[in-house]
Parts: sequence; structure tokens; C-alpha cells
Amino acid sequence: MTVSVSAAPPRLVMRGIVKRFPGCLANDGIDLVVEAGQCHALLGENGAGKSTLVKIASGVLSADAGEIFWEGAPAAIGSPAAARALGIGMVFQHFSLFESMTVAENVALGTGDPSPLPALAARIAEVSARYGLALDPQRRIADLSVGERQRVEIVRALLQDPKLLIMDEPTSVLTPQEAQSLFGVLRRLVAEGRSILYISHKLAEIRILCTAATVLRGGRVAGTCDPREETAASLGRMMIGADFAPPARAAAAPAPGEPRLVVDRLSMAPEMPFAPALDAVSLAVHPGEIFGIAGVAGNGQAELLRALSGESLAAVAEAVRIDGVAVGHLGPRRRRACGMGFVPEERLGRGAVPDMSLADNTLLSASRSEGMLSRGLIRFARARQFAETVIGTFHVAAAGPDAAARSLSGGNLQKFIVGREILQKPRLLIVGQPTWGVDAGAAAAIHRDLIALAQEGAAVLVVSQDLDELFSICDRIAVMCQGRLSAARPVRATTVEEVGMLMGGVFHLDGTAEGPGHAPAP
Amino acid sequence: MPLRLEARAEPSRAMVFAAPVIAIAATLCLGGILFAALGFDPFTALAAFFIEPVSTVYGLSELLLKATPLALIGVGLALGFRGNVWNIGAEGQLIIGAVAGGGMALALYDVSGLWVMPCVLAAGVAGGAAYAAVPALLRTRFHANEILTSLMLNYVATLFLGWLVHGPWRSPEGYNFPESRMFTDSALLPLLVEGTRLHVGVLFAPLAAFATWVIVSRSFLGFQIKVIGMTPAAGSFAGFGPRRVIWFTLMFGGGLAGLAGAMEVAGPIGQLVPIVSPGYGYTAIIAAFLGRLHPFGILLSSLLLALIYLGGDAAQIALAVPFAVTQVFQGMVLFFLLAADVLIRYRVRFDAPRSVAS
Repeated sequence: MTVSVSAAPPRLVMRGIVKRFPGCLANDGIDLVVEAGQCHALLGENGAGKSTLVKIASGVLSADAGEIFWEGAPAAIGSPAAARALGIGMVFQHFSLFESMTVAENVALGTGDPSPLPALAARIAEVSARYGLALDPQRRIADLSVGERQRVEIVRALLQDPKLLIMDEPTSVLTPQEAQSLFGVLRRLVAEGRSILYISHKLAEIRILCTAATVLRGGRVAGTCDPREETAASLGRMMIGADFAPPARAAAAPAPGEPRLVVDRLSMAPEMPFAPALDAVSLAVHPGEIFGIAGVAGNGQAELLRALSGESLAAVAEAVRIDGVAVGHLGPRRRRACGMGFVPEERLGRGAVPDMSLADNTLLSASRSEGMLSRGLIRFARARQFAETVIGTFHVAAAGPDAAARSLSGGNLQKFIVGREILQKPRLLIVGQPTWGVDAGAAAAIHRDLIALAQEGAAVLVVSQDLDELFSICDRIAVMCQGRLSAARPVRATTVEEVGMLMGGVFHLDGTAEGPGHAPAP
Repeated sequence: MPLRLEARAEPSRAMVFAAPVIAIAATLCLGGILFAALGFDPFTALAAFFIEPVSTVYGLSELLLKATPLALIGVGLALGFRGNVWNIGAEGQLIIGAVAGGGMALALYDVSGLWVMPCVLAAGVAGGAAYAAVPALLRTRFHANEILTSLMLNYVATLFLGWLVHGPWRSPEGYNFPESRMFTDSALLPLLVEGTRLHVGVLFAPLAAFATWVIVSRSFLGFQIKVIGMTPAAGSFAGFGPRRVIWFTLMFGGGLAGLAGAMEVAGPIGQLVPIVSPGYGYTAIIAAFLGRLHPFGILLSSLLLALIYLGGDAAQIALAVPFAVTQVFQGMVLFFLLAADVLIRYRVRFDAPRSVAS
């Protein structure tokens, strides 16, 4: 299955690729050269054009203009099947697996392999053993961790014997330890002469893994380089086009008085099959404190956020308390009246109605606190005025209060939603993924705003997958895994490695953490 | 020259208003072709269908009379449609409204007074709302799809009315015809224009449209309905209760349909008969969409659909075509409207053959 390494033509050349969507020039004359046996990084912020370029290379989209050469010969990649036939394999960021089927069945479906399942299972076992990708072909996807699911995708791609493997943000769902073992696999693939096109915006991992990089910015190539010879700062400058300063967290930890938010043995049944249940989650957040919850996506964070916001109600009212008041049975509007603000994970479609104006969108959460209602009728002038204040105070780039929420970029909409909550002066703010898919400038602004809010005495709870973010803004961090929450540790007394172990479900590091690993719930 | 649909960056506002006009124009063209295929001169036939019925004062009064139930039901349904509540049961709610209003008129057969007619109408509203409460309960309590439950209840209502007028409520002086007694004058809606059938109930249509407009565009309740209809997750984030929206929109639409039913039996019909509606409850669905779910738009679209009813009646006489021609035209309007609505989000591109191989 090894591929011969030759000094001859590059494996993939894309020249002058142009792709236009209505209202957006996604790729504007992009050149990309991937050599044989090279791990090539494709770097760029959200919206820089990475995904579009990769979809063209894998036959999902066709370019409006430009040429593609495969091993020196012109190639037309008209469909994903054509890409597979050439030897291009793809591992997507979002997995396309059937939860209720086994690994082997999923591979058979994904590759259209007509060989009988036992033979296929044997080949899966062989490939996974050769690359150290431990995988049991007979297990059901629903029982696998996210890291294992990604292995299924990788093995599925490797069974096609690809010469070029495209990986889209592969570590975004992995713990640091899982990411390390993935890097080992990728290095072996490169050593066999395969090429890898590695898409990411994480500068550190690109510097240790890749030997060449193409940086995209706003649909154009901002530069090419050897990432091993660059610093994270210089790569970041190429990617963003400007320097950005990480937020500075004031050192003084607040003296713990009465906690503002208490979650006391909160348990929730799963809402859907295969969704995690919350299992006796306990935590306390004090005024002036930023409390972080880390964890790999899909381990109950979304369920916890819904239980905190009041979208799902707790069985016991005392399981959630704000300033000592039991609110577990109250819905979102009653909890807001208790001084809670909430920024959901999905900004477009939960935090904002895409087709409504920013002014109308303020009515979602600020209607009562900002006096926008009068006898059941809406005072539109108040809503507009509030939206204008949010736009001005938080430097939201928008056409004005009448702009539709969907017309804003992700970062600007997030600034608007965070600003909408902060301006209501919440005593407690709960934020899900504050900077997910947000450009670096907006992320820094949001971090500053959250820190300022905490310094004014509010309690802030942040749920995030981004460990760098949590370590830079939080006072204490707890880790969510399979619906359980570890004990909280002060940020200064813990390390990324330790949190990574907890993310992987190792809950008994020093014997003091109370998360009892795999023991049944009391 | 290949034709291609291309997604627009933004939904076109102009097309929102142009689509009904396109649909009406296409309906007229295809209608003319159909008449020509049947051997009529298309222009004479279309004139007989669309112009002659409203060329007299009496014709205009009939137009308003038929547009009234369509508008009342249409604005009520549209409020629900905005909130993703798909009440297809307005026909049944109209019939139960007629039964309740008619029952009240029969119960007050021996009394007279100015308060009798308002009682009849109030009973109609209550009857329609109560009938719409059944799908509301099934949806909020058992997650049963209201499209199916409300639609099926239409047949129940028709049969229930048939049983009443064939049995317990049959007129003792009616020579065994399946009809109730004629209502007394106290129960009937006073006429607005002598010599026509146009009654004061016609005024309820603009009133209902205005009230609905206030709810939709000025009230917080209407805002909640719109949010839940457009983005249910945002409604859940904001804490808007979907149950409340389901209950309110179904009861509101059912109440207006019930009012329309009571006004039919206390107006032009004057008694309970087996068939009290030529499908107003279904046609109002078309009126709601043709009027872009906007209360004032629905007033206009109701007039057009009422004209199709009148034209169908006139064509039966003038051209000797069957009543089904009404439904053909209704169907064409809806069909072309759905097709034209594609243009709100997409534009048509005529491609020159492309030089770059795709």
C-alpha cells in the first residue's frame, strides 16, 4: 500500500482558483502546490476560503476559473468519486457516520465497497493495526468517543489507499493527548510518501507537524512559508494581517463570599437517543469570578447550558440556585428577572433570529429589563435605541439597528449578542463558546468585555472547547466528560496536560477529584 | 439556451409582492387556453368569468358577501401560519361555528330583541374556538400533528351538521327536507344595502384584519409568534412558550372561522342546511398565502378568490361548464403562486454555453 516517493512533479497543483458565491468571492485566484510526501498546512481564519478551496480539490464544488494538475497532468475533478479515483481522501470536520450502525457497516456505506462485511472487517482491523488506530470493526458508532469516530473516518479514507489525504480541522474535537497520537499517525503516513493537506487555525500544531504552509486571508493567498521557521506570532500576523494582544487577566482572585450561582447535583435525562445525560453536576460561581468549563464537544455541555438557561427545567428546583433562590423550575424569562444573562452556543438561530433586524433581536432577551414593552405592545423606539447603544458600545460593524442579523459576520454578531447581555448589567452571565468561529480581533474584544464584567462584580460562567481561551480568562476550570463535571481547580494550580487528562475521562489524578470515573451514579 | 436557478444573496422583497401578480397573470393565460381548448373564445369566456359577475351593484354586493368569510378565516389562519401552526381545519371550525350560532338562534326561537343576534355570533365564535381547541390539545399534550388532526375534524364536523339537520334539528314544518327552521328576524344580521344580501357582518372583515395587524406588527405576542415560526430555537432561548402560541393561534383562527360560519347561517342562508359553505375554510388557505400572510393583503386576495367563486357560478350558466371550474381556477392560482415564490429566493439565469468545461 506504500506509495513510491519521487522527486518528480508535485502531487497537487491548483492555479488561479476562483469561486464566487452570491454576494461573496470565496476564492480569488488562489495558488496551492502540495508536494509528494509533504504535510502541507492550509491556514486561515474562518471565512478565509479554506473550506471552499478544499471542496474544489475534493470534487464537492467546481471552480468558476482556474486549473488543477494532479501529478503533473491536468485533471478535472468533477465529483467526489472522481477525486477518490485519483487518490484524494478526505476527513471532514463534521463526521458523516450513522450512529446506530457498526464501524464496518459505516465503512461499507461510505466507500461503496461491495466486498462482504467480514472481509471488510478484516481489512479494517489490518489497516487500523498497521497505523496504530485502535478500532473494533464490530462496535456501534454510538458507543465510540469522538476521537474513535475520527479514527473511523481516517481508516475509511485509508482503505482507498489515498495519495493525498485532506484533513479539515482534525484536532478541534480532540483532547490534547488524542491530538498527539493523531500526529503520530499522520507522520507515519507522510513517511510512506503520502501527502497531507492539513487545514487548521491552530498555529502551534502546524509548527510541529507541517513542513510547508499556505496562508489564506479574505479569499487570497497571504503568503507561503515553512512553518518550522516561523513563530506563532509571525504566522498569526500573516493570517490576520495585524498584531493582536491577548487579554491580560488581573491577578487578584476574589475573596469567596456567598456564591452567586450554585448548581447542586443537577441530573438530566438525555433528550435524544445517544445524547449524554447530566450526572449529578455540581459547581459554584462567586461574584467577580470567571468560571470555565472545558471538555470535548458532545459531553453534556449543550445539555448543561440548556439546564442553566432554563430551556430545560430541572427535576428539583434547588438543583440550580441564583443568590440562594431556587430557580430550577423557572423558565428563561423568570431566570433573567433574577439577574441572569445568557449567550448561547449557536449565535445565529438561537441567540438571534437570522431574518430579523438587530433592533428586533434585542427583544429576545432585553424586552423586560430595558422597558421595551407597554401593555403588551412593543415600544420599537426603545428597541432601536438599545440596539444602537450595543452597536456603538461594543464596536459592532453593522449597517445599523435595521440590519438583519444574518448580514453580520460571525464575530460582529457575537459581539452584538454578548453586548446585548452585558448592557443589561447581569449579576450572572452564562456564555457558551464565546469565540467559536470568531476572528481574532473580535475574540480579544469579547474576552476583554467578559473580564471587565467580572471585575465589576458579576459572576461569569464560560463553557468552551478552547483551552487557550479558558486558561487566559478564567479563575477556575472544571472539566466536563460524559455528563459529569470534575472538581474545579484554580487556573494557576493546573496545567493544560492535567485538564487534557480530565477531558479524556481520567477523573482520579491525585485522589482528590470526586468524579468517580466509570462508577455508577449514587 | 440553458435555464438555471441561482440563489439570491438576499430574499427579494420586490418578488414577495410581484409573485401574486405573476401568479394571477399566469392563471388568466392558462385559463384562457383552457377555455379555447373547450371551444370558447378565450376573451369572451374570461370576460364572462371575471368581469360580468361584478358589472352590477348586486354583483358587487355578492363579491363582498363571499369575500367576508374568506377574509375573516384567512387573517386568522395567517397568524397561525406565521408561527408554524398549520390549521387546515377552518372548514370544520366554520361548520361548528354555524352549528353553535344556529343552535343559539333555534334556542332563542321564541324570543326577540336586539341582543339575540349578538348572542348568535358569540356562540359561533365560541363554537369555532372550542373545535380548534381539539387539535391544540392534541398537539400540546400528545405532539399530534395539527395538520392531520384539524383536517380530519373537518369531516367530523360536516357529518355532525348533516346528522343534526336530518334528525333532531329538522324543521317540523319543512316537509321532511333536511333543514332547520328559518331563523327569526331577531337572530338574523340586518341588511346593509336593501335589495341585496349584503349584511352588516361584512364590516367584521376589515375590523378583524386591523386587529390582526396590531397583533402581528405591534404586540409582543405577535413578535413571539413570528420568532417561534421563523426560528424555534431562538424562541426557546428567549423563553417564549410554544404552547401558548399554539393555543392562541388555533383559538384565534378557530374563533374567526366560527364567526364566519355563524354569519353565513344568520346571514344569506337564514337556517341550518347540510352544506353551509362552498369550501371557504379551504379557499381561505389560498387567500392567506396569496395575501402574503399580511392582514391587508388577505383582504385583497379574498376579493380575488370571491371573484373566482362568482365567476365559476356565472360560467356554469353562461358557458355551461361544471362547478369544478371554480376549483380549477383556485388550484391554478395556488399552483402558480407556489411556483412564483421560488423567485423570492432564486433568480433565473439564461446561460450562454460556457467555454470552461464544468
